Amino acid sequence: MLPVLWFWIVAVMIAMYVVLDGFDLGAGIIHLAVAKTDEERRMVLKSIGPVWDGNEVWLLAGGGTLYFAFPALYASSFSGFYLPLMMVLWLLILRGTSVEFRSHIRNAVWRPMWDVIFSLSSALLAIFFGAALGNVVRGVPLNDKGEFFLPLWTNFQPGREPGILDWYTILIGVYAFLVLMQHGALWVAYKTPSPVQDRARNIARPVWYAVAALTVVVTVVSFRLQPKLAESFARWPAGYVFPLLALVSLIGILVFERKQDDLKAFLSSMLFIIGMLTSVVFGVFPMVLPANTDPSLSLTIYNASAPEYGLKVGLWWFTPGVLIAAFYFWFLYRRFAGKVTVEQEGY
Amino acid sequence: MDIALDLHRFHFAFTVTFHYLFVQLTLGLALLIFILKTMALRTGNEHYNQAARFWTKIFAINFALGVVTGIPMEFQFGTNWSRFSKAAGGVIGHTLAMEGLYAFFLESSFLGLLLFGEKILGPVGHWLASLAVWVGSWISAYLIVATNAWMQRPTGYRLGDKGEILLDSWWSLVFNDWAFWQYAHTIVGGVITGAFVMSGVGALYLLLNRHEEFARTFLRLGVTAGVIASILALFPTGDQQGMLVAKYQPATLAAMEAHFKTGEAAPMIILGQPDVEKQKIDNPFLVPGVLSFITSKRWDAEVKGLDAFPQDEWPTNIPLLYYAFHIMVGLGTIFIAVMVLSFIQLRRGRLFDSKPMLWILMLAAPLPYVANTAGWMTAELGRQPWLIYGLMRTAEGSSSSVSSGNTMFTLLGFMGMYTLLLMLGLFMIWRELDHGPGAGVEPAGAPAAADSVARS
Repeated sequence: MLPVLWFWIVAVMIAMYVVLDGFDLGAGIIHLAVAKTDEERRMVLKSIGPVWDGNEVWLLAGGGTLYFAFPALYASSFSGFYLPLMMVLWLLILRGTSVEFRSHIRNAVWRPMWDVIFSLSSALLAIFFGAALGNVVRGVPLNDKGEFFLPLWTNFQPGREPGILDWYTILIGVYAFLVLMQHGALWVAYKTPSPVQDRARNIARPVWYAVAALTVVVTVVSFRLQPKLAESFARWPAGYVFPLLALVSLIGILVFERKQDDLKAFLSSMLFIIGMLTSVVFGVFPMVLPANTDPSLSLTIYNASAPEYGLKVGLWWFTPGVLIAAFYFWFLYRRFAGKVTVEQEGY
Repeated sequence: MDIALDLHRFHFAFTVTFHYLFVQLTLGLALLIFILKTMALRTGNEHYNQAARFWTKIFAINFALGVVTGIPMEFQFGTNWSRFSKAAGGVIGHTLAMEGLYAFFLESSFLGLLLFGEKILGPVGHWLASLAVWVGSWISAYLIVATNAWMQRPTGYRLGDKGEILLDSWWSLVFNDWAFWQYAHTIVGGVITGAFVMSGVGALYLLLNRHEEFARTFLRLGVTAGVIASILALFPTGDQQGMLVAKYQPATLAAMEAHFKTGEAAPMIILGQPDVEKQKIDNPFLVPGVLSFITSKRWDAEVKGLDAFPQDEWPTNIPLLYYAFHIMVGLGTIFIAVMVLSFIQLRRGRLFDSKPMLWILMLAAPLPYVANTAGWMTAELGRQPWLIYGLMRTAEGSSSSVSSGNTMFTLLGFMGMYTLLLMLGLFMIWRELDHGPGAGVEPAGAPAAADSVARS
C-alpha cells in the first residue's frame, strides 16, 4: 500500500513540476517571437521572474522524494540516462544564468545574447523532457542487476537496442515542445498587456491544432509500442478518467481561447498536461521503468521501493513539508498576481 | 589504476568544490543581510536599507550561481554513484528530500520577494523575507551536512538479511551527534567567508576614498561577525569536530596529522612534508604533546598512529589530506589573528584610519574560500577509503554502467561551463562593487528590477 501511495506522491510532484516550470519553459520558447523590443522582453521575463526558481524546485523536491522512496529506480534510471541528464543539467545552468544575468547590463550585445540562450535552452529542455518520458514508456534494456546504459542514439528505431533518441522518443519530444509552447503562450497572454498578449494568443491558436492532431498520433503509437497501456485500461476501466480529463481540458483550451479568457485557457492547459501525464503513469503502473528486453526485469514500485519503515516515517515529514510549500506558492502567486508592467529603466 | 572510479570521484569533487564557493558566501551573507535589515528596521535609518540592498545584489548573483551549480549535485548521486544510491538512498534520501521541501521552497519563494518585493511588502514584510532567506539557507545546510554526517558516522540503520542497509531510526539519522558539530563548524566557516568579504569590500572602499559611510558600516559589521566566527571556528566547533574524528575515525586522525607510529605525548606538526613511503616527516617543525592534548585533553596520552590500522583502511591520499587539514588550521589561526587585531582597532576607533590593517583585511578576503575548501577536503579525503564509513567502500559505490569515456566527456563539459560561469560571476560582482551602494531604489540584480508590479 505504501509504495502505491508514494508512487502517486512522486507522480503528482513531477506533474506539478511540469505544469509550473512548464509555463516558464514555454514562455522561454516563445520569448523571441512574442517580444521584440527590450521593454517587451523584460515584460516576458518579469512574468516568470519571481516564480521560475520556485517552479524548478519541484524538480529537485520531486527528485529527492523519488530518491528516498524508490532508491533502486533513481539509481538505475539516472545512471542509465547518464548523457541526456547531464545535458539537461547544462541546459538548466544556461537557462538559469540567462534569466538572472540578462538584466545586469544594458547594451545591444549582452541582452540579445542572453535572450537567445534563454529561448534555445528552454526549447531544448522541453524536447529533452519529452524524449525522457518517451524512453520510460518505450522501456529500456534493463539487465538482471537492474542496470542499463543508453547511448544518445543507435539506429533511431525503438527496437531491442534503442538509443535515447529514436523516432518514437523524438516524436514525444516534439509533442512536449508544442504542448509547453502552448502552455507558455497562454501564460504570457494572461500575464502581459497588448501587443505581447496579442502575439502570444496568435501563437497559441495554431499550436492548439498541432497539439490536438499530435495527441491522436501519440496516443495511437504509444498503445502500439507499449502493450502494457492497453492492458491497464482494460483491467481498471476507472482509469479512463485520466484521458477523459485530458480530452475535456484540451477542448476547454480552445473554448476559452475563443472567448479570450486567457486565465481559464491557461488553467485548462494545466489540467490537460496533468491529464496526459496521469494517463501515462496509470498506463504503466505498477511499472516505473519497463524493460524492453525481458518484461520480468522491469522495475516496479514493489521491487524498487525503500523498506516500509522509511516509507512510513517519510509521511510524517512529507505531509507538513508539502503543505508549507503549498502555502508559499499560494502567497507568492498572490503577491505577484495580475498583469506585469514595466517602467523605464532608471539608472 | 581504476580510471573510471577516479573520474567519478574527480567529477563529484570538482562540481561540489565549485558549488561550495557560492554556498559559503550565501550562508554568511544571508545572516549579515538579515542583520542589516534588522538594524534598518530598529533604527529607521535608510542607510542600513541601502547597505542591505547593495549586498542583496551581490547575494543574488552569488545565489543564482549557487542554485545552478547545486542542481547537478543531487543528480550525480544517481548518475555517477548509482550503486551507492541504490544501497543508501532509502536512508539519506530522507535528508535530501527534506532539503527540497523545507529549505529550497522557502529560499526560492522568499528570495523572489527579497529581490522584487520591497515596495509591495513594506518594511516589516521585507525584513521577514530576509529572515526567511537566511533561515532557508541555514536549514538547507543542516540537511546536507546531516547527509554527509551519516556517511562519516552512520547511525540509525541496521543491516538486513542480505547485508542491505535499512533505516532503523529516522531520529538518529537527522540528529546524529556528528551532524551537530559538523554543522556548527560548517556554518561558522560560511560566516567567516561572509565577514571577510564584507570587511574586505569596506576596506577597499576606504582605501579608495569611496562610499566611506557605507565602508565603515561594512567594516563594523564584518569585523564584529568575523571575530566571533573566527574564534567559534576553533573553539568549540573545530575542537569538538576533532574529538569526534579522534573517536570515530582514528585512522583518519592519524593520517591528517601524518602520525605514523603509535606513541605517547604525540606532537602536533606545524610544518613539514609527509613521506608516506618511508613513514616519516621531512623538515619537521613540531610542538610535542599537542596532538595528545587536542584528542584527549592530556599532554602525555597515547595517540594511535597509522601503524595501528590495517593498510587497506588508511585514507587513500594521505599527503593531500595532511596538507588540506594543515592549510585549514593554519588559515583559521591567521583569521583569528587578523580579526582580533581589527576588532581591537575598531573598538579603539582607529581601524578606519589604519592603512596597514585595511590593506590586510582587503587582501585576506579570498582566504576563507581556501580554508573552507580545505576543510571539506579534510572531511571527504579523511573518510576514504570509505564512502559510508565502515559500511561501503568508495570503489563499491560508483555507477558500474557508466564508462570512463562518458564520465570524462561530462567532466570536461562541466569544467568548460564552470570556467565561463566563474568569469561571468566575477565580472558581474566586480561591476556591482565598482558601482557601489547608495544608488537606486530596488536592486538591479534581478530581471527588470526597476519595474513595479501592478496588483489587480
